[in-house]
Amino acid sequence: MKKILIVDDEPNIVMTLEYAFKKQDFEVYIARDGSEALKILKKDVPDVILLDIMMPNVDGYQTLKFIKEQASLKNTKVVFLTAKNKASDIEKGLKLGADKYLLKPFSVKKIVSEILELLN
Amino acid sequence: MSNYSLFIIIIIYLAILFYIAFIAEKNAKSKWVNNPYIYTLSLAVYCSAWTYYGSIGIAANSGMQFLPIYLGPVIAAPLWIIVLRKIIRISKQHKISSIADFISLRYGNNRFIGALVTVVCLVGIVPYISLQLKAVSETFEIMVDETSYISKSIWDDSTFYIAVLLAVFATFFGTQATDASEKHRGIVASVAFESVLKLAFFLVIGFYVTFYLFDGTTDIYDRISTVESFKSLSTFGDIGNGFNWFFMIMLSFLAIFLLPRQFQVSVLENNREKYLKQAIWLFPLYLLLFNVFVIFIAWAGKLSFSNDVNAEYYTLLLPLQQDNTVLALLVFLGGFSAVISMVVVSTLALSTMVSNNLIIPYGFLDKFSKSQPEKNAKYIKVIRRVSIFSIIILAYFFYVSFSKALSLYSIGLISFVIIAQLAPSFFIGIFWNRGSSRATKVGIIAGFLTTLYTLVLPFVMQVLTGTSEFSDYGLFHIEALRPSALFGIDFLSPPAHAFFWSLSINTLLYLTVSLMFKGNYRERNYAEMFVDSKNYASLQDSALVWKGEAYVSDIKNVLNRFLGEQRAQRALSIFFTKYKLPQDTQLADARLINFSEKLLTGSIGSSSAKILISSVVKEEQISLVEVLKILEESKETIASNKLLKEKSDELQHLTNRLKNANDELILKDQQKDEFLDTVAHELKTPITGIRAATELIMEDADMPAEVKAQFLSNILQDSDRLSRLIHNILDFEKLETGRQELDMRQHDIKVTIEKAINGVSQIAAKKHIKIVTKNPHKCKLNYDEDRIIQVLTNLLSNAIKFCEPNTGRIVVDYKLGNASIEVLVSDNGRGISDKDIDFIFDKFYQTSDQNTIKPQGSGLGLAISRQIIKKHHGKIWVKNNQKSGVTFGFKLPFD
Repeated sequence: MKKILIVDDEPNIVMTLEYAFKKQDFEVYIARDGSEALKILKKDVPDVILLDIMMPNVDGYQTLKFIKEQASLKNTKVVFLTAKNKASDIEKGLKLGADKYLLKPFSVKKIVSEILELLN
Repeated sequence: MSNYSLFIIIIIYLAILFYIAFIAEKNAKSKWVNNPYIYTLSLAVYCSAWTYYGSIGIAANSGMQFLPIYLGPVIAAPLWIIVLRKIIRISKQHKISSIADFISLRYGNNRFIGALVTVVCLVGIVPYISLQLKAVSETFEIMVDETSYISKSIWDDSTFYIAVLLAVFATFFGTQATDASEKHRGIVASVAFESVLKLAFFLVIGFYVTFYLFDGTTDIYDRISTVESFKSLSTFGDIGNGFNWFFMIMLSFLAIFLLPRQFQVSVLENNREKYLKQAIWLFPLYLLLFNVFVIFIAWAGKLSFSNDVNAEYYTLLLPLQQDNTVLALLVFLGGFSAVISMVVVSTLALSTMVSNNLIIPYGFLDKFSKSQPEKNAKYIKVIRRVSIFSIIILAYFFYVSFSKALSLYSIGLISFVIIAQLAPSFFIGIFWNRGSSRATKVGIIAGFLTTLYTLVLPFVMQVLTGTSEFSDYGLFHIEALRPSALFGIDFLSPPAHAFFWSLSINTLLYLTVSLMFKGNYRERNYAEMFVDSKNYASLQDSALVWKGEAYVSDIKNVLNRFLGEQRAQRALSIFFTKYKLPQDTQLADARLINFSEKLLTGSIGSSSAKILISSVVKEEQISLVEVLKILEESKETIASNKLLKEKSDELQHLTNRLKNANDELILKDQQKDEFLDTVAHELKTPITGIRAATELIMEDADMPAEVKAQFLSNILQDSDRLSRLIHNILDFEKLETGRQELDMRQHDIKVTIEKAINGVSQIAAKKHIKIVTKNPHKCKLNYDEDRIIQVLTNLLSNAIKFCEPNTGRIVVDYKLGNASIEVLVSDNGRGISDKDIDFIFDKFYQTSDQNTIKPQGSGLGLAISRQIIKKHHGKIWVKNNQKSGVTFGFKLPFD
């Protein structure tokens, strides 16, 4: 069973993603901001992380940097899911080492298929 | 011979002279008028009645002493080639019109020197003219044999009428042209004619006496050698007499250059320099011929008459004794010729000096500069004519007053000595460039005074007191101050003595002062031109150090006044052509200034010309008014600079403001971008939720009912959030841009607070949070109630948000200040971290440690609150409480 960590501070959004990935037999972890995500990542190693950028406390960029530093997480794919759609933002995200950069608002079906594609 | 017939003969003779002068004027360019012989004969104006009659008197009484007066010119003649040529050249270049002009120009066109020379000449020459009148008068009396007749008034004195006739003649031919430097052909021709006559008649009488009355020279010599006084009459005498000779020769040497009439004919009336070549041998020859028979006539007269007869008139008395009236008449006419030529030329020269160097520069210049050219020319002519008449009349009265004491010889010598005072400044000046104007003034005045003391004063005293006490014992009876034996030099004749002292003092002072004081730049330039006359033509145009400016139009105006428009125009166009300047040149240069001065010099003398030209030329002397004007101008410049600086500063200020505004705009633009970004992000979040939930509900038919309900609830929540967000954004925008007007009315703050609490009571109740108000008092003031409720709701919502459920407690209080009311909302929540507290009122700012459940804020609540309070001219703030929680407060002013 694949493991996914969803990091987002918007509960309503998280709720939809959680429902969709659970349906695809993912084990779903949820973090409401970067610091929560880091706590989880110390214990578990997800196959993929869906990461928002604009979050309180520790934001998406900082979280990604942490992930890249962890040897245990070197096989974990990281996908940004954010409303920040400027070209400079996208470039910055990919440069930091994100595997994919997906934009809000999104089609749940599309997100799921993108994640599945990435994991295969 | 009768009184009237002689007078008629005189009239006829004068008419002939008029006619000759007239013809000469008419044919001014003819060879008959322009030749070296006419020039040489005109120089013989030197031989006046003094020569014609006086020499014989001297020869008869004092022997050979008449000779030095002619030896001087004879010695001078060869030097003419060097000296006179130079003087002629300079005079022509500068359009010199008199010796006064010449000297004053040499010393920088000095007006005072011109006047001084004129005065010296007048004092020297007027008695000399009266001497001529005396000769006419006396010979007239001899001719008509009226020795017993004493004229009772001037109206029946024939001399007076003769003087007037001479004045008319001089006036008529002397003032034809305004330009005194123009040639007087008529006068020169008549003078030459007179010179021929006087020599011819003198030779005739010489022959008559020597060979008709006596048996030739040997006969006369033999007879006279028996007379006891013969030795003194035929030898040079002792060493003292030798000095006398020396000084007399020197005196006449100077006189041939300096006498105004000599300067007039030799320099001013000279047409060509080459005439000098003939003159240098012909003129001495003329003098020699004149003196051949003097001694014999004198001896013959001495042998024929007793000692009480005036020896000066032997030439007349000898033929009359023989009843040879015709011969006597010829002799009379010869003498009359000598008188006419001397009087006419002298008065002409003097009148030019008087008008150009005395009257015009000292009084008439202003008048001239204002009036018309024709009038000016007329004025100048009138001044000259009046001068001529005045001089002759003056001479006549001098003759009437002093006639008894006058002797042709003595007065002639006094004249010479006075005129000789011009010698140092004249001769040294043209060869030595250091000679200065100050030295000239000092020298001439000192020499002149010395002459007056040693020569004129004794004569005058003797006439006035009738005794020779003054000349015998000196001033205050001081031996050393005896006028004729100053400081013990008593072996000279009075003229030689006076000449020695005056000229020594004059020369010494001239040299000393010249060496002591340098002249000014102008003076030195003229000095250079006079001294270095070889390179003179080139020098003269460029040498003038001239700092100033003048306009051709101004100079032309001046020239117009004196030359008339046509002549001025012609002269200027010749000038421009010569120097290859455009005819419409505006600014005059030094050359034009010089040229114009020269043009005017002929009409009004050099010093007047200088004054006139300087009146339109701004030279180095700057008047106070001009200085003030310059200062004014520079002040204006300073002022305009200041203005410019102010403008520049203003512009700089504007630029800065513009730059600041631009920076601000850029910042605002950035802020706007950020704001839009944030707004977009904030809008996307609920939309994302709605989009995703809706998709799931639609796609997933198997969705459990409770999940579906949750999603639908979420969608509703997000929609509310979205609409709230949009509302707030627009509200904030309205407040921030100032488009939102406040509805200011009087309200009770207590009521308003209650309304706000009521609005949030439900949410508070949900979290079991207590909201209490402390102040029971009413407080009315003006504010927009809805907006204040909005602020209070924001603050209360925030407080609820951050308070723990159940234990949360919110206190709303308000206090009255002097001019405002202060409303405080405090809670017992977690408070705000220090890093957030400064940004809490910024839009879309959200604290970093929010509750696990996302607060339902738009992120604009506090930003909007701040805007509202700002619009009420109030203040909003926040601070953490000491124990726990945070207090928000705001102040509203009463007005």
